[in-house]
Amino acid sequence: MNPIYLDNNATTACDPAVVEAMLPFFTAQFGNPSSLHSFGNKVGFALKEARARVQALLGAEHESEIVFTSCGTESDNTAILSALKAMPERNQVVTTAVEHPAILALCEHLEKEGYVVTRLGVDKRGRLDLDEYKAALGPRTAIVSAMWANNETGTIFPVEAMAEMAHAVGAQFHTDAVQAVGKIAIDLKKTKIDMLSLSGHKLHAPKGVGVLYLKRGTRFRPLLRGGHQERGRRAGTENTASIVGLGVACELAQQHMAYENTAVKRLRDKLEAGILAAVPRCFPTGDVANRLPNTSNIAFEFVEGEAILLLLNQAGIAASSGSACTSGSLEPSHVMRAMGIPYTAAHGTTRFSLSRFNTEAEIDRVIATVPSVIAKLRKLSPYWGESGPKEESFAPAYA
Amino acid sequence: MWDYSEKVREHFFNPRNAGVLEDANGVGDVGSIKCGDALRLMLKVDPDSERILDARFQTFGCGSAIASSSALTEIIKGMTLDEALKVSNQDIADYLDGLPPEKMHCSVMGREALQAAVANYRGEEWKDDHEEGALICKCFAVDAVLIEETIRANGLTTVEQVAHYTKAGGGCASCHEGIEEILAKVAKEVCTAPTAEKKPTPAAVPPAPTAGAVPPAFTLGAVPPASKLTSFQRMRRIEETIESIRPMLQRDHGDIEIVEIDGKNIYVNLKGACVGCMMEAATLNGIQTKLVEALGEFVRLLPASQLGRA
Repeated sequence: MNPIYLDNNATTACDPAVVEAMLPFFTAQFGNPSSLHSFGNKVGFALKEARARVQALLGAEHESEIVFTSCGTESDNTAILSALKAMPERNQVVTTAVEHPAILALCEHLEKEGYVVTRLGVDKRGRLDLDEYKAALGPRTAIVSAMWANNETGTIFPVEAMAEMAHAVGAQFHTDAVQAVGKIAIDLKKTKIDMLSLSGHKLHAPKGVGVLYLKRGTRFRPLLRGGHQERGRRAGTENTASIVGLGVACELAQQHMAYENTAVKRLRDKLEAGILAAVPRCFPTGDVANRLPNTSNIAFEFVEGEAILLLLNQAGIAASSGSACTSGSLEPSHVMRAMGIPYTAAHGTTRFSLSRFNTEAEIDRVIATVPSVIAKLRKLSPYWGESGPKEESFAPAYA
Repeated sequence: MWDYSEKVREHFFNPRNAGVLEDANGVGDVGSIKCGDALRLMLKVDPDSERILDARFQTFGCGSAIASSSALTEIIKGMTLDEALKVSNQDIADYLDGLPPEKMHCSVMGREALQAAVANYRGEEWKDDHEEGALICKCFAVDAVLIEETIRANGLTTVEQVAHYTKAGGGCASCHEGIEEILAKVAKEVCTAPTAEKKPTPAAVPPAPTAGAVPPAFTLGAVPPASKLTSFQRMRRIEETIESIRPMLQRDHGDIEIVEIDGKNIYVNLKGACVGCMMEAATLNGIQTKLVEALGEFVRLLPASQLGRA
């Protein structure tokens, strides 16, 4: 029985066409694109082509707005640190409570250095309050960073409107679009977004390559200084093979965009409906009406996520969890806590994230497997009786 | 995914003694759904022999929590209560061929449930001494409360010392920044505390030598009263302290000898396995702390190679 991979928000398989396009750049096309001889020239042209493909997927106005980096985290860090350096008279970062650690850990660090960080909360569906956002903006705001789509729930934020509001107070706007790029249509030239991060390995390109989109005219300070690569905005010899792979992946993503939002979405909806119908006491988290087409995050009450993942894995199904135990921390995921998901369910949240490579037969098998996994664990749990929760009768003296 | 042993996997996928024990006469409930793991341990104890005739469990939690519960019931079945109370969380972990360091708390929960169940059988009230703060060191499951208390109690000033006393930071090192923050917080409080009568001035501290794994000088923290020992008593005290530490080093196939005592600088040779050991700096730091405690004054412990340089 083939394993079923439903953890595409964590990482994706490289598309075979991506791998094929990359291979020559490990052998014959090994040149340094900065070199003036023909070894370098050929690679330089390949990078130019890749840049144009990324530009097309993002709808960027200029090719030069695409800066290749090593990963989404580097792009995120570069964007925020650049804004604070470029505008020293401003000391505030506005972000949200549900960002990826690439943003949140950096903000925590900046706070210790004396910067002011405002984290916008979300409602129980994971949605922002734009009035609260507007109130947080001010003349000291250097940058706003809000994710385009949430990695755990798939919830989409209104980043285009948020970018306009940031510009109204003279602040830059950055979006971590690592989960959104390739899954929903993006047309940056029509927006006021100044900076955007993307990561190759979330859209069937290899790990170790990312992009920072930098709108022309945005004041910028590089994170890495050195050579003149990427027009001096990101020094360091280019990861040529991976950049070529990312270019191909972006072209493929554009070709499959419609499929992603119809066929993949239909499979996701089928999976979610199938599980919700068969398992008592579970519910989908996030803004179900406004989320990525591939993501379903289901909270199972009175069971623990790591145990779910282990049993699913044994059945050949790979998913992911917001439980504390999967990360080694004591608290369940910050996204679930920000949404106020009760503890009875937060530890049992399980994320299924699909890709264009999943099939109907796979989804049928998952729907058939999940109910027995949850039932097995509930049978072991002191919080679950014969027919349902018995939370009241189990209240340990020590917590 | 965690690197679980085959035994942990086996006990998770096929837990022993799971379910309700109808005629239990000792029940221990620990944990909470908020923390992500909870356990009810049910014992059937023979009142005459105090022997555990049967044990069952119900657990809400991760793979290792369920496996630890299963292992616990297997271990204690047939034991007397007194025997069972001697079972440590390490015994549970050993039974499972080890647990990942971050998961050791699962075995602790097992032991606590056992204590609670025995107390329940005996009609006693069980009080847990469970302290909880933010988890700083994930490798050895050490929280902020324990680290801060240990720093205060022992006047620790370096990450190496904290690792020596609590194990925190002794593994992957990713929490060193967090430990440094706690050190800084405590140091700041001690400096501003009104009880600190005499603050050490920077000039009183010898300049730090430049080479090798040399323990940094004490610059902050609770200052012990100045030594009132005679030179002879002081020398003897230093000797006694080093002697008391040697067995611990020898157990790890290392050793230490005093080479020279020059005022506040005490020069030693580390020998055997201590030579070139990764923990050399931590070892010196720990011994230096012991010497400071024993003498009631600041001294610095330096490798003999530093002789004539400091």
